[in-house]
Amino acid sequence: MTAWLLRRLAAALAIIFAVVTLCFAAIHLAPGTPFLPGQDRPIDPAVVERLRARFGLDQPLPVQYARYLRALARGDLGESFSQRRPVVDAIASAVPNTLVLTGTALAIDFLLGVLIGVVQAARARRRLDVALTNATLFFYSLPTFWLGLVLLLVFGQWLHWFPVGGVTDPVLHDTMPFALRLLDRLRHLALPALTLGLVGAAGTARYQRAALLEALGEDYARTARAKGLAEPRVLMDHALRNALLPIVTLLGLALPFLLTGAVVVETVFTWPGLGKLAADAIAGRDYPLVIATTLISSVLVVLGSLIADLLAAAADPRVRLRA
Amino acid sequence: MSAFTWLALVASVLWTVVCVVWLRRRAGRARGDAGRRFFRYPMATSGLAVLVFFATIALAAPLLAPYPPWLQLDIVQLQNLPPSWLHPFGTDLYSRDVWSRLVYGARVSLGIGTLGMLVAVTLGALVGAIAGYFRRAVDAVLMRFVDVGLAVPRIFVVLVVIALWDRLALLPLVLLLGCTGWFPTSRLVRAEVLSLRERPFTEAARALGAGPWRVIFRHVLPNAAAPLIVSTALGIGNMMLLEAALSFLGVGVQAPRPSWGNMIADGREQLATALWTSLFPGLAIAFVVMALNAVGDGARDALDPRQESA
Repeated sequence: MTAWLLRRLAAALAIIFAVVTLCFAAIHLAPGTPFLPGQDRPIDPAVVERLRARFGLDQPLPVQYARYLRALARGDLGESFSQRRPVVDAIASAVPNTLVLTGTALAIDFLLGVLIGVVQAARARRRLDVALTNATLFFYSLPTFWLGLVLLLVFGQWLHWFPVGGVTDPVLHDTMPFALRLLDRLRHLALPALTLGLVGAAGTARYQRAALLEALGEDYARTARAKGLAEPRVLMDHALRNALLPIVTLLGLALPFLLTGAVVVETVFTWPGLGKLAADAIAGRDYPLVIATTLISSVLVVLGSLIADLLAAAADPRVRLRA
Repeated sequence: MSAFTWLALVASVLWTVVCVVWLRRRAGRARGDAGRRFFRYPMATSGLAVLVFFATIALAAPLLAPYPPWLQLDIVQLQNLPPSWLHPFGTDLYSRDVWSRLVYGARVSLGIGTLGMLVAVTLGALVGAIAGYFRRAVDAVLMRFVDVGLAVPRIFVVLVVIALWDRLALLPLVLLLGCTGWFPTSRLVRAEVLSLRERPFTEAARALGAGPWRVIFRHVLPNAAAPLIVSTALGIGNMMLLEAALSFLGVGVQAPRPSWGNMIADGREQLATALWTSLFPGLAIAFVVMALNAVGDGARDALDPRQESA
């Protein structure tokens, strides 16, 4: 177990290291230099040379790479052009928002997805199952941002059930008592989390239904039926327990999906998280910020799949032995 | 829309029906029963019909679109008109005919999805086959690279490239989407090749003196076609959704060229007053991606009867 754990940790670190290297390469592969002479007015070559020396750009690449790594290790991700503050600060204020959003979306995704999958498996090939199969296929195929816009229109603008964007009420939030403040936050969270969660839940339900139907055909399900158990008990106590295991692995896959969705959903709902930061950085041609969001989201994905693997190993000894 | 356009629309619907019926007949007469099984799924059959229809209107766009997609009809009088017989999907903020833009947008959206996936499948099949066939160090190096590729959320990589190289034309965009989308395919192909290379027929080919490339391209890859087809169908849908997301963020397909993604983005600001400008392109994406997923599911069940239908 310890050896497996160490190997898994080493692999995660290696991937993060590779992503860091790719980010460094991306910066240097880009056409142009930071000091392009002769664009609108000629710059004295001596000045360019001095600037290059000042920022260390005259050093050989390996030296620059080492300096880049050292800066990263200190948590220095550079300066954001558009926000005029260190990239680290911008990211630090965005990550909690994204984690709240994706965490809630993940909960909706798995709870609703598993629930629908169970209902479908219980009614396999009957009318309800077919209807739900078509419904999940539809939601699974929706562009996330478009679903967000539709929900925003219906529940935000027409019905006025939920606010149309942001994390808190811009005016009243600070004047509210604690309970109302919490409610205010939840109301702002509802639509974006639902948007991400619904699309995810459709995928999870499709997966869960297939896993459950497979489990119901296994020998242990037949044994359970032979003992005289009613079908619901076979489904809930025997099939579901086994079919839930792969869900843990699905967690590792859900994270990239959620972070990708977060980019557009956060933009639709003006949710100040990592995704909106990336979208805004693109609009402002803010390279350091774009690259940093990529780096951080990759680290989040790697950490997520590491946690997923640990959970899987904890829940299922076969995973530990196989690896 | 003139009578001629309506006629062309009816003709493309009829053409779709004829195509699907013809394909179904052919599948019924074919030797294997995969085709027959495919048409037994109603969702897969209607998905195929949706795809044929949208491919038809994309190819015959000049006949089906009453106006050029960039034409601003009358910026004063004809702004944000609701759907009518003249403009079945209404007009947008710039007084352009939404139906015409949708038809021409089908070319862009379907084209990017299909070509991007073509690039991705080619790369993925190549890398997967090489890794699976040569194994050992080659496999280890390639698969670690794929691990990294899978760890980075794709949209961020695309955003980095777009940020560094500024606005992208259509072809670089397709290549970019293709080059960031092959990682899952390569895993899939590698797994197939690992088992296929041990089968007697590849051994026989090797015994007859065939080199590794000949074995890979003539014997191994054709036998991995079934899962590859399924993952391609599902992958095109993902590719289209990613294109739409990028265009929505304003960094994908650039105006005035219409894509379903940037049409939604254009209509976003006036969702409450001119719903139709965003609604129809969104529905178009949803239907096409749903059709691709349904066809992919149907193909998987038809090609691999061992698997339980999902």
